[in-house]
Amino acid sequence: MRSGSSVPAAPGHGGSRAGRYSLRTIALAYLALILVLPVAMVFYRTFENGLQPVLQALTDPMTLHALYLTVLIAAITVPLNTVFGVFCALLLVRRAFPGKSFLSVLIDVPFAVSPVVVGLSLVLVYGRTGWLGGFLAENGIRVIFAWPSMVLATIFVSLPFVVREVVPVLQEIGVEQDQAAHTLGATPWQTFRRVTLPAIRAGVTYGVILTTARALGEFGAVSIVSGKIAGQTSTLTVHVEERFQQFDLVGAYTSSLVLAVIALVIVLGMTLLRPKEAGQ
Amino acid sequence: MASARPTPPQVLRRTRVRRSTWLGVGLVMLYLSVIVLIPLAAVAWHAAELGPAAIWRVVSSPDTRAALQLSLFTSLAVAAVNAVVGTIIAWVLVRDTFPGKSIVNALIDLPFALPTIVAGLTLLALYGPKGPFGVNLAYTRAAVMVALLFVTLPFVVRSVQPVLMELEHEVEEAASSLGAHGLTVFRRVVLPSLLPAIISGAGLSFARAIGEFGSVVLISGNIPFKTQIAPVRIFALVESGDSAGAAALAVVLLLISFGVLLGLAFVQRWGRRGDEER
Repeated sequence: MRSGSSVPAAPGHGGSRAGRYSLRTIALAYLALILVLPVAMVFYRTFENGLQPVLQALTDPMTLHALYLTVLIAAITVPLNTVFGVFCALLLVRRAFPGKSFLSVLIDVPFAVSPVVVGLSLVLVYGRTGWLGGFLAENGIRVIFAWPSMVLATIFVSLPFVVREVVPVLQEIGVEQDQAAHTLGATPWQTFRRVTLPAIRAGVTYGVILTTARALGEFGAVSIVSGKIAGQTSTLTVHVEERFQQFDLVGAYTSSLVLAVIALVIVLGMTLLRPKEAGQ
Repeated sequence: MASARPTPPQVLRRTRVRRSTWLGVGLVMLYLSVIVLIPLAAVAWHAAELGPAAIWRVVSSPDTRAALQLSLFTSLAVAAVNAVVGTIIAWVLVRDTFPGKSIVNALIDLPFALPTIVAGLTLLALYGPKGPFGVNLAYTRAAVMVALLFVTLPFVVRSVQPVLMELEHEVEEAASSLGAHGLTVFRRVVLPSLLPAIISGAGLSFARAIGEFGSVVLISGNIPFKTQIAPVRIFALVESGDSAGAAALAVVLLLISFGVLLGLAFVQRWGRRGDEER
């Protein structure tokens, strides 16, 4: 331990007290101004005029429909991306094939695409002048400005999460246990269900949480393909923007509050799932 | 026993690829194509149909160029701020102790969980016209910057934190017992090991910032030439029915963020090699 060092802002281990305090102050002040105060402000603004307007906004049919649509989209997206994610992670970790690192890069592509570009890309495939536009119109199938395109957009933006969380866990657990199960006569499905799945459960759950958070909260991509038809193709996030543009601040804040509470629950879940990284 | 036979990956690499593996790869590629690759190909196709000259005309039209420049500069600034502040926050979370630290640590993930449109609204509530501090950033470039800083907060913190945890105190202590001052220890001993993590976190924030839409749309006012960023410009082009122009600008954005991610893959490889040498 170094003692008597008086260098200010020395970030060394056991660095000077002044240095440590000033770094702590910088970090906490930044977090307060950028993160904590804004989120606290939503809680305050929502209940500024009492409980009555909030309850009214909450039980508004438009809000309820937006909530229903948000949950519906998440309920389709999350299972699909979870099954895909586990399957793809197993393939990437346990099988050998040419082009594997290329596939691994492809999986990450959705993280590099702006939500607006995701929306645009779906319009260019399923829209009126898109690749499949003519075919869809002839058969009377509506994709753009209807929930199917919103589901497609949500699957797109949340695709990598489960894969990314499960791959490292699979790499860590190795294959010995699976081989043992196989030697003892278990079928591949039995091995997967009884041996592999329990071992990767934490990674899968973490991926599912991230996917759910993104699915409930996506705005840009969904907003473009939805056409923002109030009461029909509004999700909660689109509803927040629509209420704001209509100068209904209580409505905007109330829906925001619902989403913020969900986000806080999700953060709590994430923290409980990885106690070892919780800063000791 | 693991040692009784060579490790499986080597075995597999020498044998031919199993048929069930091809089936699996086919299924994965099918899903990926329907959801991601075909739509992105449609963007590239529509842009390519315009031809390079027309793409250049779209991108260099005054308002689009202004939006693209604003996006590039603010994203670079956001990445730089995150590199510094994110490292400080990670440092405080790993090396410092204070009451409520685990709550602060948990809150770092909030920007990933909070919908972007809600983030924008919260910032507007605090830094908007009726904010409690009397600071009104609404419809300024500073507002764009604050929104981008909010959504990209976790990247550097979360990439530096684990590296900092693994870093051995002994080396730092040896350096300081040899007479190095705190700042010298940080610059010569700690920073080199953190650098790959800082760069990759900053790169991810840049890639995220350049495509960000939801958090910016309410607070920036989307004023052309002043606060309109490239993704908002794409949105405006789509709304006005100019999907070819939107596709042209989208391709430029895609190329930038793919370039950054590819660069990051190299940085990660470099960081991993550093690990093995140690």
